[in-house]
Amino acid sequence: MSIIKVENLGKKYIIGHDLNPGGAYRSRSLRDTLTHTARGFYQRLRHPLSPNTENTEIEEFWALRDLQFEIEPGDRVGIIGRNGAGKSTLLKVLSRITEPTTGRIEISGRVASLLEVGTGFHPELTGRENIYLNGAILGMTRGEIKTKFDEIVDFSEIEKFLDTPVKRYSSGMYVRLAFAVAAHLDPEILIVDEVLAVGDAQFQKKCLGKMEEVGREGRTILFVSHNMAMISNLCQTGMVLNEGKLEFFGQASDAVTRYYQNTNQRDAAHKREFKSDTAELLGAELVGLSNLSDLTIHDGLTVRMRYRLKRQIDGKCVPNFHFFVSDGSYAFVDSAKDVTNMPPGIYRAECKIPRQFLNEGAYFVGVALTSYFESGSFKIEFFDRNALTFNVVDPMDERSNRYGYGGPIPGVVRPRLDWSIAKESQ
Amino acid sequence: MVKLVIEAGQVNRQYFKDILAYRELFLLLAWRDVLVRYKQTIIGIAWSVLRPLLTMIVFTIVFGRLAKMPSEGVAYPILVFAALLPWQFFSSTVNEGGNSLVNNASMISKVYFPRIIIPTTAMIVSLIDFLISILILSALMFWYQHVPTWRVVFLPMFLGLAAIAAMGVTYMISALNVKYRDFRHVLPFIIQFGLYISPVGFSSTVVPDKWRLIYSLNPMVGVIDGFRWAIVGNTPMYWPGFFISVGLAVLLLVVGFGVFRRMEREFADVI
Repeated sequence: MSIIKVENLGKKYIIGHDLNPGGAYRSRSLRDTLTHTARGFYQRLRHPLSPNTENTEIEEFWALRDLQFEIEPGDRVGIIGRNGAGKSTLLKVLSRITEPTTGRIEISGRVASLLEVGTGFHPELTGRENIYLNGAILGMTRGEIKTKFDEIVDFSEIEKFLDTPVKRYSSGMYVRLAFAVAAHLDPEILIVDEVLAVGDAQFQKKCLGKMEEVGREGRTILFVSHNMAMISNLCQTGMVLNEGKLEFFGQASDAVTRYYQNTNQRDAAHKREFKSDTAELLGAELVGLSNLSDLTIHDGLTVRMRYRLKRQIDGKCVPNFHFFVSDGSYAFVDSAKDVTNMPPGIYRAECKIPRQFLNEGAYFVGVALTSYFESGSFKIEFFDRNALTFNVVDPMDERSNRYGYGGPIPGVVRPRLDWSIAKESQ
Repeated sequence: MVKLVIEAGQVNRQYFKDILAYRELFLLLAWRDVLVRYKQTIIGIAWSVLRPLLTMIVFTIVFGRLAKMPSEGVAYPILVFAALLPWQFFSSTVNEGGNSLVNNASMISKVYFPRIIIPTTAMIVSLIDFLISILILSALMFWYQHVPTWRVVFLPMFLGLAAIAAMGVTYMISALNVKYRDFRHVLPFIIQFGLYISPVGFSSTVVPDKWRLIYSLNPMVGVIDGFRWAIVGNTPMYWPGFFISVGLAVLLLVVGFGVFRRMEREFADVI
């Protein structure tokens, strides 16, 4: 029997003129509603027979649509998709934070959701008090928290500061305590939203270990992450969401492949247009990937963009690539060198990423063209922030310099530098 | 094993079962609010004593000495304090509760629990302040050598009425506040306005008889009259007005709860 059964699930948001980038709508002021209603009423009075004009201002947005899947007990399911694909909405619906618009979900078991560590932590309360509070918020009973209290404190490594208000904690301590509480939840189903990307490397490793342990105990985990390496390590099953629809459900490794295939294909087609009156992006691609999207840390690759310059300008049009890591922060930016004033035409810019340079993980590449003018000013002609994605993996062979260490090695880059060790004295 | 069915439009089916299941969280949140309230204040819990005491002194001077309002045969401070007890309970519940959902936005958008427990905890905090105020009142009565009659046993009933009225208003305002932040600005106004139209600083006997019934449309009039009737002892009770107050308080609660439940569904999306 399946532990989670989802049928025909849909979630609709109504978005008005005050749409914010998150997709949900922010609180309207009373005035907005009043004027809106009054205007509608006035329109009715003037044109009683015309169709309802109010609807034209309201736009529907389906964050999730026609989702259908079943999850078996003990499954570890990775949920992947681009930003805005509906991953977070799915987790929110499954954990009952928000109500679905259509469909039905059957859940057989206790659910705990970790959409953020430290939910409900109060800065004025001590660590001890916050453990009880946060535990209760996450669904533990007081008895449960009491029996696990020592374990939690142990795991978080903060026993000395247990009676200090958490506002005096360092951010590392705060996160450790928050995760420690969450890690000791005992639900049948655990819903996790990329909270593992916190804390220092050593603590991350501890968290991953804990997640694996939870998985081994036969509990069901739903896990959203941009970190493909983590998904393929931790999950057997994968789910790809795209624009609110379920695009793939099956083996985790296939899901990851499918995800990259999709994103890069879509980008090759380039449905959205990035252009200005001066220039236009024609396409972007990655050259030299071994299988669709994967690259080992020992390989290099070439990033390519094609663009058209429509007219001669009084300045230099410089292509540049922006590299982001999975949490959306910048890895680095590089611009083309020795650019001169170029006549109109179609151009191809390539940039080589050297081998043994990037670290493990997912990278996103943004492609941009910037014009620099004689006067010292500049203008961004186009910038496709999410043009390309690829995944770097560590084959864990002798070239990886691991000496048997299997955990994550932190950092955005992982260059192999020249080393020498010489014996100086006995 | 627990089996949970989430169906579009049917989520509220297990509403009351959930409230029961989350009672521990309710108590913990109330405990948190009580703890937090006076952390990092120098005199801490003494504020609970000081606030009603200072208000009482000001009201006694303004209404008792300057305006020379009738005191129903007791010391004016007792007359005022008997009314301040339920009024402060009501106003602080509405004030804290009205903003409570917005103040706990991160929790609402990240975890599930019956949302109604958040504004309800505000009442528990006010209840603790109320109990402290009862002690002050006892001290006052001792000082003025005022002995309450047997009627004092009805005090919990009037407190219950105050709670009903307070929760009705709190549910409504807290829910509306999530969608329309205007209510954040309306709230202090409502409370201040309420203080003037409720018989806190004066006895409601000063209201002309023909207006008494209409005056009782404010549920707090019934509550305050009840408190005075129970504590002061020799003030007459205007029963028709009292029952109107009761009816309106219950109506407020029903409407407030209804508004809350209807708006609750979109809290996480809107907050």
